Amino acid sequence: MTVADEEATRLTTQPAPPEPARLNPLVLAWRTLTSMRTALLLLFLLALASVPGGFLPQRQVNPLQVSTYLDEHPGIGPLMDRLQLFDVFSSTWFSAIYLLLFVSLVGCLLPRTRLHLRALRARPPKVPRTLSRLPVSDTWETTDDVLPRARKALRGWRVELRGNELSAEKGYLRETGNLLFHLSLVLLLVGVAIGAFRGFKGTVLVVEGQGFSNTVFSYDDINPGRRFQASSLVPFSVDLEDFRATYTTEGRAKTFDADVRWTHDGRTEPYNVRVNHPLEVGGAKTYLIGHGYAPHVRVKDRSGTVVLDQPVPCLPQNSQFTSSCVVKVPDALPRQLGFRGVFTPTTVVQGFQVGSAHPAVVNPRLTLVGFAGDLGLDSGTPQSVYSLETERMTAFAGGKPEGLEPGQTWQLPGGGSLTYVDTKEWATFQVTQDPGKGLALLASVGIVAGLMLSLFVRRRRLWVRVLPAAEPGAPATVEAGGLARTDPERFAAEFAEIVREMRD
Amino acid sequence: MPDKGLGQLGDGMLFAAVVVYALAMLAFAGEQATRRARRTVTAVREARVVAAVGGPSVTLPAETVTEERPSRAGRFGLVLALVGWGIHVASITIRGFAADRVPWGNMYEFSSCVAWVGVSAYLLLVARRRVERALGVFIMLPVVLYLGLAATQLYTEAGPLVPALNSYWIKIHVAAAILASGSFLLSGVVAVLYLFRSRYDARLAARKTTSPTVLPSAAVLDRVSYSVIAFAFPIWTFSIIAGAIWAEAAWGRYWGWDPKETWSFITWVLYAGYLHARATAGWKGRKAAWVAVAAAVALIVDYYVVNIFVVGLHSYA
Repeated sequence: MTVADEEATRLTTQPAPPEPARLNPLVLAWRTLTSMRTALLLLFLLALASVPGGFLPQRQVNPLQVSTYLDEHPGIGPLMDRLQLFDVFSSTWFSAIYLLLFVSLVGCLLPRTRLHLRALRARPPKVPRTLSRLPVSDTWETTDDVLPRARKALRGWRVELRGNELSAEKGYLRETGNLLFHLSLVLLLVGVAIGAFRGFKGTVLVVEGQGFSNTVFSYDDINPGRRFQASSLVPFSVDLEDFRATYTTEGRAKTFDADVRWTHDGRTEPYNVRVNHPLEVGGAKTYLIGHGYAPHVRVKDRSGTVVLDQPVPCLPQNSQFTSSCVVKVPDALPRQLGFRGVFTPTTVVQGFQVGSAHPAVVNPRLTLVGFAGDLGLDSGTPQSVYSLETERMTAFAGGKPEGLEPGQTWQLPGGGSLTYVDTKEWATFQVTQDPGKGLALLASVGIVAGLMLSLFVRRRRLWVRVLPAAEPGAPATVEAGGLARTDPERFAAEFAEIVREMRD
Repeated sequence: MPDKGLGQLGDGMLFAAVVVYALAMLAFAGEQATRRARRTVTAVREARVVAAVGGPSVTLPAETVTEERPSRAGRFGLVLALVGWGIHVASITIRGFAADRVPWGNMYEFSSCVAWVGVSAYLLLVARRRVERALGVFIMLPVVLYLGLAATQLYTEAGPLVPALNSYWIKIHVAAAILASGSFLLSGVVAVLYLFRSRYDARLAARKTTSPTVLPSAAVLDRVSYSVIAFAFPIWTFSIIAGAIWAEAAWGRYWGWDPKETWSFITWVLYAGYLHARATAGWKGRKAAWVAVAAAVALIVDYYVVNIFVVGLHSYA
């Protein structure tokens, strides 16, 4: 090892490698876990373990895709599911890797913080014996008093004078930044954990003219954290007054607007919810995440009684908003009625196929197949409102579909009627509360700030020694040398500049 | 309103930039060819210079010493690269005016900007004398291929943004992503060159080869790759965080393991791994370079494979 190498090693604040002596196995295990090599290995394992999460559908992102995948791969699918490949980021093995990594990180961070705190208080190290062997060095003769000049030239450095020797050091912020970065990573994990434990996410579909309130029961789908308490939900309600979407002529969406009226704490105010523009009420945020059409349908049964009179949300099937609709009329007498079909906002008919050519409502049509019989709602098995069980029902007219335009009425065979009154739109809103968000943001700021410091601040040391003149009046010899662990070329220039200032 | 004529002008200029880059590549290749011929007759000296008399003595690594006379082909290549760069800037600017928004609203525009960052970083490195300009042939080749692929496979006419992208965050998040991606891809190219050069060095040491190489020394390539990654990594980190803040505003959560987020995370972890590897005994050199290459591959997957083949929230355009 050369002097430079030795100095460079000493310049780092990395803990010394463990001695190979016989150690307590626990201590040895701890040292192995907190060593850089292990951390590096865990880091690569973390990247590798994330790969299936980047290619396979994930339940927490899109559960529907996962069930489709399982249907398409009946052989290998269940095995993959067993290996938690559809829940990668909450899987045992992924959690094990990142937890070990963070333990290793903390184990590395603590001693380094202690060392750094000590280094911050310590005085710059003594002048090495042979300065000429450092990566940059210089020597000259002078009759001037060099050391005070050196002090001036080294403004911003930590300088220590020991007799006729001067030691200076700069760039402590590098390690401070490094520690801040890693500490912030731990804080980020804590913030994420708080969100995962105490957060809440609810999704609800609302048709124009209707609303919802922020209670667990009003959501279609909820995703509460493990330690979530229903009492922490902010009490507020939202009414959807109007939803508008605009499109280019090619059918690409341009804007989505939801005009709502929210009520909280006795106040009621209007708000325009858009993509990228959520509504924030008392720490809970309401986002616009989807939209579609809900044809208003009025159904009369054989006796002429109105048994259904409401908008029926249809689910969009493609980007042109060909939407699938299901209408269930359990109150119809003598037999229950059910309808299944499609809603098309800009209808085009090709043979027997009905489709939509544009997502905006231009010439809407509701095409339905009707059924009469038992909807099966009392069978005990839960049913989706978007699917129709026709096992115990008989189709009208042999299943021939009936196309309706707004205002048109279909006289049902066997009595009763169905009227397509007009078209409403619906929007889906997602309400989230994440109490860990603030901490995560703070940690992110720490991460970036720490990174910048640790990558761009350069730690360097510089020494000056004045060898007294052999005889009074003769010039003294000055030796200077320096060492930087990063960017040696830039340090060489900086060193030359400092030497120049000391000399003239 | 998008302006069709202006959009076509921007596309035409991008094509012109690609042609000029290709010419620059040929000029650099010409320089390499003549150099190679000259090197076979000149033995490479061990370089250890002492700076001008009176100044401090500085031991410089061998590679900063250039022995050859400046070649005309090389200088011409650099001029061409600069001209191409200028046309490229104009093309991106015009595209922005044509679409009346930031010029990075879809994959085609994004790719053009990424390539521009790569070329800018190379020119900057040459200007700061961090690399020889001769490296240009290895930079221009991927740039030309990349832009060619982007223009033929990902072409999109200038038009408005999809609503999800309509936010001031597109300026911040995507600009940072472009800056980091361009730099990362450049570092990936340099890391590959490093792998070639270090294998060459090993073969030379084992006397398995005697032919000269046109590649800069392994130390230079390693240092350039590192400094570019060290520059880009905080920007990439910032881009992910800005994306998370945007995601929080747009989708109601700052992180959701959407495929794009997952691959950005993998890329981030791999570059973090590279920075650690380079400082860890037993990982320096070739192993670290392989990590840099793997990270660049993850970045390509993150942008292209995820956008084209995986359905997620980022599947735009």
